[in-house]
Amino acid sequence: MSQNNPKDEHDKPLVSYRKITKSFGDRTVLKELDLDVYPGEKIALIGPSGSGKTTIARLLMTLEKPTSGTIEVEGEMLWLMPRKGKLVPANEKHLHRVRSKIGMVFQHFNLFPHMTIQRNVTEALVHVLKIPKSEADERAMRMLERVGLQEHTNHYPSQLSGGQKQRVAIARALVMQPSVMLFDEVTSALDPELVGEVLDVIKGIASQGEMAMILITHEMDFARDVADRILFTDGGVIVEEGTPEQVFQNPQSPRLQTFLSRFLNGSSDGRTGSRVAAGAEQ
Amino acid sequence: MEWLSLDLLPPLLRGFKITLLLTLCSIAVALCCAFLAGLARISKYAWLRGVATAYVEVFRGTSLLVQLFWIYFALPMLLDIQFSALAAAVLALGLNYGAYGSEVVRSSILSVPRGQIEATIALNMTVYHRMRRVILPQAWSMMLPGFGNLQIELLKGTSLVYLITLTDLTYQGMMLRSYDLSRTAAIFAWLLILYFIAAYALTLFIRFAERRAAAGRG
Ligand SMILES: Nc1ncnc2c1ncn2[C@@H]1O[C@H](COP(=O)(O)OP(=O)(O)OP(=O)(O)O)[C@@H](O)[C@H]1O
Ligand SMILES: [Mg+2]
Repeated sequence: MSQNNPKDEHDKPLVSYRKITKSFGDRTVLKELDLDVYPGEKIALIGPSGSGKTTIARLLMTLEKPTSGTIEVEGEMLWLMPRKGKLVPANEKHLHRVRSKIGMVFQHFNLFPHMTIQRNVTEALVHVLKIPKSEADERAMRMLERVGLQEHTNHYPSQLSGGQKQRVAIARALVMQPSVMLFDEVTSALDPELVGEVLDVIKGIASQGEMAMILITHEMDFARDVADRILFTDGGVIVEEGTPEQVFQNPQSPRLQTFLSRFLNGSSDGRTGSRVAAGAEQ
Repeated sequence: MEWLSLDLLPPLLRGFKITLLLTLCSIAVALCCAFLAGLARISKYAWLRGVATAYVEVFRGTSLLVQLFWIYFALPMLLDIQFSALAAAVLALGLNYGAYGSEVVRSSILSVPRGQIEATIALNMTVYHRMRRVILPQAWSMMLPGFGNLQIELLKGTSLVYLITLTDLTYQGMMLRSYDLSRTAAIFAWLLILYFIAAYALTLFIRFAERRAAAGRG
């Protein structure tokens, strides 16, 4: 478990969701959700498919707009900005500023196929943060070393394996130095034998980072190893939350118990199931 | 092959030069129109979309011949502007094929995967930066096959311009034929060959552009 205690009394939340509701048409996928993420905190979001985990992440990344409720990042509203003492809908400039604190890694990598690995990582450094090309190249190189891909800088994404692509995507997001990073099931599009290398990279980042992380995952073992706090979502609400011990060893709500038992029995997914089982014995 | 005599060539080549000049200039104009209208049609401003849609529908919905006549004969009477025959032809061809091309531009941009746009948002790129460095380069390689077809259509479309007094390849062929009808087959054979050479050159050019756009992506 992480050594630092991110929920010190004096800490202000880095991100606060307040009464967030999100509907697609007449289908409500998040219901008055409240969530605080503290600086440096590692949160794992688990829950059945369709429970709204991705939507929680996409709302923070400004890929979706909440139907109602507010999201604050370091005390600033995401979708609203102050003007003449009132809160008005945010313009692109405001979004641009707040968004600079947030990063995201996607399930399907979304690398830029027409750019080399190096340029994938430097593109936003040079053209968004306006960092000189030579310095950006250096930073990209250091980051690619960190994810073990320094040999591939001049390759194109199509020349890499899925695991390598995802590590590039992690480097590309990390090099922007966000305060909070979202990982949305970043291993579920990978062949089983490639999952480990990506999870190891993320564990490495988590162990040294002041960066807050929100990890959406079906890898229960990984969630237990990395997260300070585990949130279980179902039906658009956070049903239960706690430390990994509380959530995995002593689940309170019947829904979480059912959800975990599916993994423990290995009926739905043998691989993940065995990992959790091994972990639960400790 | 006696009948395909070379003495027909000099006047035909004079016309061929005009056809090529016209084709290249019109392609340039068409490309600009295609991009402007294609981008306007996916703009977030309704009025811009409206203007672009009106342009596309008008130029696709009427014939090239009518457009040539309008620009060359009718506009001068209504508006007191007189284009040279060459300018009128370039304008008509450019606007007409630009209208078709805008559809290629629009659909290619829209078929760049949604995930690419989401990645640019996650990296906090501006709308301009996203379009210029992520969307357009990827859309470009999807546009090329469509552009290739339109270029060749445009080349063939130039054969109408003799109707507004330009002495292009088709015009020269018609003239030669009116001097000596017995050589009709030879003249048309030359037209076939010359148009084919021009079309093939355009095809090779597009293939080259496609190869360049795909470089390294395997
Ligand atoms: N753009 C959309 N339009 C309509 N419905 C959507 C949209 N995005 C998500 N949904 C619906 O919202 C619900 C929650 O989706 P979400 O992707 O957040 O779930 P999830 O917990 O991430 O699931 P999974 O584990 O399968 O990724 C789902 O029922 C989904 O069908
Ligand atoms: Mg999801």
